Amino acid sequence: MSLIRYESQARAPLVEGNKTYHDVTEDICRPVEAKPSKLWWVGFIISLGLLGFGVVSIYMDIVYGTGQWNLNKTIGWGWDITNFVWWVGIGHAGTLISAILLLFRQGWRTGVNRAAEAMTIFAVMCAGQFPIWHMGRVWNGFFVMPYPNTRGPLWVNFNSPLLWDVFAISTYFTVSLLFWYSGLLPDLATLRDRAKLKWSKFFYGLAAFGWTGSTKHWQRHEALSLVLAGLSTPLVLSVHTIVSFDFATSVIPGWHTTIFPPYFVAGAVFSGFAMVQTLLLITRKVLALEQYITMEHIDVMNKVIVLTGSIVGIAYLTELFMSWYSASPYEWFAFKENRLNVNSPYGWSYWLMMGCNVLSPQIFWFRKMRRNILVTFFMSILVNIGMWFERFVIIVTSLYRDYLPSSWSTYYTPTIWEIGFYMGTFGLFFTCYFLFSKFFPVIAIAEIKHILKKNGDSYKAAYAKEEMESYDEFEHNQSHHH
Amino acid sequence: MSKHYQFESFLSMTGANADERFNHRSSETGAVVAALAAAVGVSVAAPAISNAKVKAGIDKVAKDLLANKGQGLVICGSNDVNIQLLVNAINNAIGAYGTTIDWSAPLNYRQAIDKDFSDLLTEIENGTVGTLMIYGANPVYTWPEQDRVKKALSKVKLKISFAEKLDEISELSDYLVPTHHFLESWGDGEATTGSIGFLQPTIAPLFKTRQWQETLMVWAGKTEPYADFFKNFWVSRLGGETAFLKVLQDGVSLTRGEAAISGGSYSAAGIEGAVAAVNAIPKSSKKEVVLYQSNALGSGTHPANPWLQELPDPITKITWDNYAMISVSTADELKIDYKSNDYEYYPQKPIIAVKVKGKELKLPIIVVPGMDNNTIAVALGYGRTPSLGTTYVDEHREDKKVGVDVYPLSSFNGTSVNLYTIDAELTNTGENYKLAQTQIHNSYEGRVEVVKETTLATFLKDKEHYADDAKHLYETYTKKKGATRADYIKSGTLYAEHEPQGLKWGMSIDMNACFGCGACVIACHAENNVPVVGKSEVLRYHDMHWLRIDRYYVSDENDPNDLKGVIFQPMMCQHCDNAPCENVCPVAATNHSDEGLNQMAYNRCIGTRYCANNCPYKVRRFNWLDYTGADSFPNNQDQTVVGKLDPAVFHMNDDLTRMVLNPDVTVRSRGVMEKCSMCVQRLQHAKLDAKKEGVPLKDKHIRLACSSACAADAIVFGNINDPESAITKEREDNPLRTFYVLEQLHVLPNVNYLAKIRNTDEIIGGDDHHGAAEGHGAEAGHEAKPAAEGAHH
Repeated sequence: MSLIRYESQARAPLVEGNKTYHDVTEDICRPVEAKPSKLWWVGFIISLGLLGFGVVSIYMDIVYGTGQWNLNKTIGWGWDITNFVWWVGIGHAGTLISAILLLFRQGWRTGVNRAAEAMTIFAVMCAGQFPIWHMGRVWNGFFVMPYPNTRGPLWVNFNSPLLWDVFAISTYFTVSLLFWYSGLLPDLATLRDRAKLKWSKFFYGLAAFGWTGSTKHWQRHEALSLVLAGLSTPLVLSVHTIVSFDFATSVIPGWHTTIFPPYFVAGAVFSGFAMVQTLLLITRKVLALEQYITMEHIDVMNKVIVLTGSIVGIAYLTELFMSWYSASPYEWFAFKENRLNVNSPYGWSYWLMMGCNVLSPQIFWFRKMRRNILVTFFMSILVNIGMWFERFVIIVTSLYRDYLPSSWSTYYTPTIWEIGFYMGTFGLFFTCYFLFSKFFPVIAIAEIKHILKKNGDSYKAAYAKEEMESYDEFEHNQSHHH
Repeated sequence: MSKHYQFESFLSMTGANADERFNHRSSETGAVVAALAAAVGVSVAAPAISNAKVKAGIDKVAKDLLANKGQGLVICGSNDVNIQLLVNAINNAIGAYGTTIDWSAPLNYRQAIDKDFSDLLTEIENGTVGTLMIYGANPVYTWPEQDRVKKALSKVKLKISFAEKLDEISELSDYLVPTHHFLESWGDGEATTGSIGFLQPTIAPLFKTRQWQETLMVWAGKTEPYADFFKNFWVSRLGGETAFLKVLQDGVSLTRGEAAISGGSYSAAGIEGAVAAVNAIPKSSKKEVVLYQSNALGSGTHPANPWLQELPDPITKITWDNYAMISVSTADELKIDYKSNDYEYYPQKPIIAVKVKGKELKLPIIVVPGMDNNTIAVALGYGRTPSLGTTYVDEHREDKKVGVDVYPLSSFNGTSVNLYTIDAELTNTGENYKLAQTQIHNSYEGRVEVVKETTLATFLKDKEHYADDAKHLYETYTKKKGATRADYIKSGTLYAEHEPQGLKWGMSIDMNACFGCGACVIACHAENNVPVVGKSEVLRYHDMHWLRIDRYYVSDENDPNDLKGVIFQPMMCQHCDNAPCENVCPVAATNHSDEGLNQMAYNRCIGTRYCANNCPYKVRRFNWLDYTGADSFPNNQDQTVVGKLDPAVFHMNDDLTRMVLNPDVTVRSRGVMEKCSMCVQRLQHAKLDAKKEGVPLKDKHIRLACSSACAADAIVFGNINDPESAITKEREDNPLRTFYVLEQLHVLPNVNYLAKIRNTDEIIGGDDHHGAAEGHGAEAGHEAKPAAEGAHH
């Protein structure tokens, strides 16, 4: 054994259960090659049902108009854009895990990156539905594309943050998809090689782009991964920054806030990790992958949650302080009366957000809590509820009572079609996720193998003896081997 | 500056514009007038006024009227002849005859005598009436004893109703003779003696109808058409065909010119009797109900007009309904929590039962400050028979009526109809009813950047106050001493500045002049094809008014019932030069013209609503549903689950009603944002007119819908690059009152407002002055407003 593989015993192994390379392939390919379980079918059908609900809801919106939602002359955005920002935010964890953690050589990412990246793609797909279908005349939505046209030519308005969104989200989706897919190539080849059925051999063969596992392929693959990681890294920061510009560049009190970009990015990572937790806790259980997605992973992701949750908390308090310190009565009103005031119509939503996002993650300062699956699952749901309300608070509680008291709005509650649209994106998300977990390896086989000999527990255990040796013994033994 | 006092029992639109108001019961109107008469020196015994505030008010008004003899005027809002006689005595005593009252040009409308109709009714009941021809009256609905009228009618052998459309009395007639619509008719009127107005047909008759006068002529065996008769009459009266044609062309003839004011003659006879009669007016210790004509529907003649139904009431901002206006203390008595979020943020308002004269009516309430504590007010003109027309129907109510008919609460007192009733008992039913308001918050929350208002004395003490505010803003913003608005405009944007060349449109709105009537709102509706959305959509805060009038109450925080004043602020697109809506639209559908207009390219709009969110004035309106039938989706007005449209919307879309559409203005489809365009079609027209004349465009070429409809000339519009234009002069003449709403946002609106100055002693918003009374009378005048007494509009 070469010393290069040595890793301290202080770090827990990332793959448990004395796995060999073959075990890894078997374990991860099993759910793809076996018939789906009853549980899978139940989940998949429920997801399809939700998706259908969403399709009907959007149909109503398109045929009858945006008036199928309870938005009004004062509150122009409500659940639609709240959901948009929420889903985009969720996507961020996937990119952070796959790109930034790759650049920082964080080995633990390999257990979760595939699923997290898939989550990113599906989340961005869901997010994209909202700015598309929230348009009053979606059939003219292509007007946002800057291309030479026969309408004048009419050009888009490059000053508009909404247009920046178009570019930010489409870039983000493209890069994330490429990154995820290029990572899939070696595993698709594995599935192709193991496939027994003709059609699956054909399907995986087509999907694997002729991957042979040659050194040249690996070398190009590694290079491409790095390039895409390099491209994705700024996206982690820029996408939500640009989404936050929708609000930050406006003149509405509660929106017009320079702290939004970092605040939104932290919030996005925060909610994204919560969603990764939700998904992976279920996935590892259902697909019996507890030895790959270990307690270690859960622990470390909970650390990210408490960190980003606290950053978000500081951001909340900072913007609160600034709203007072700015001495702008409008700004202060938006915070003091529209949010802090529990007795105001939406006061409850601000405190719900505070409770879920700032207070509750503090529980993760305790190792016991970080490593408790039930607590983690419950918290991940709580955080996502909180982060949904963060966007709701920003959008609705800023708009409903802004500058002219004459325009202050009646109480806004969603209609069945607004709820349906949101539920529909859950349907889309889980339909995609269920299909993904059935047809693709939810863990990157190749990457697990890459770290197995360093971080797999049987390999690590082999070094236990060395860890106890004195320097002299160690040197002696090592030189003796040679 | 003029001073307007108002004594009234509920908050009327007129009262809302008063400098000072006093509340009393309706049954006390006579006593208040008598007390004022005594106080100004008419020899009558002053009745005791128990309300100390009203008593002090009477003394104060009397003092002012006597100190300004010949400059004051007392207007009577009561139809009680005895009270009117006393008001005459007061006007005589304060020297109004021949100064502020001109007897040579009396008003000729509202001359109907209630007693005449009552007598006719008796005659019918006695069986002495064989034939009844009816035009322009609907007593089956408007007379207090509706059932009695119905019963009486059955005794008339031949009943002929001339009507444009079916009404309650036509239903009971033997013959309904359809007459022309006014746009198809010839007609004339003389509102004040000497001012003649002509009506001439503007369209050919749409249906098989005949003008009722012509029908009568045919029946009388005349062969001459009414048009000829009309012409011959006026040719002979005006002294020639040329004179007739001139009036026809102008539409009006103001032949009275500058004739001398006539003082008339005053007779004190009958005053004693009047006082005795006034003292005998029944009073009660229970609640009173006052019935008023709403600003939009009046006596209830035009419920078929959805524009009027959807016009928010000036005071309550409620559309499509009538309701009981109740005072804060009455709300407390009825245990109505008007301070709760439930009351403010939800349309459900409590329903009360009003028991009076053995009748019980259920009415939704709205709590209004500045009401007499013992009075509730309900508008007449609602609750018409639903089968008579599409817009008479409220499908959400059991009785299908729009509002409640309260005519049965009026009563005939032997000479006139009492539009109030005493001895009412109120109970809270615990039920709710949805009232469709276009504005739910009533206070401007001390936001002085939105509303600038003060009292005359405070203003005089620190005349430069508002100008200083602006100067301070300009200096701090530009970090330059002595900075002006021009510097402010230049600074603070990354984009290149537009040099205003040639035309640059601007508007000025005088908040002192605006009295909140909403004529501009209707004018805008008509001119710009603004869709009617119906009550169900107003309830969802989807009203489409491009121009609205924001109404704020200024009340004492500790005593919400103590109304210090009401503010009316017309609000429409401010056509910002640094418009927050423009830079957020991803497709540049809303953009800036080089004439300073913020314009909408409807075809380009994809409906993201970002512009509306980012508009600090919240003036942008979105076509949430297919209100106009203008989009290309078939059958998409038939929603059932969400957003079910009221019949009124469909009514506006039928082929006949669509004839009201202005062909110069695009009908917007669903999913498109819209807002005030400054009547851009009229501006284009004006430019063409000027071009054809070969002259530079001047004020005379431009007539915006809102400003031409404004009776108070509160809205001035024009080219600010033209030194002679009215807008330039308005701004130059009022540098101390001019302000821009939310100017600190640097959105650079092209609409400015003139601050509201009240001639009152009342302290508002922390003003610390005292004794502004010296300011009234005819000094420092804007338009002279008469002091008014008890004017129920």
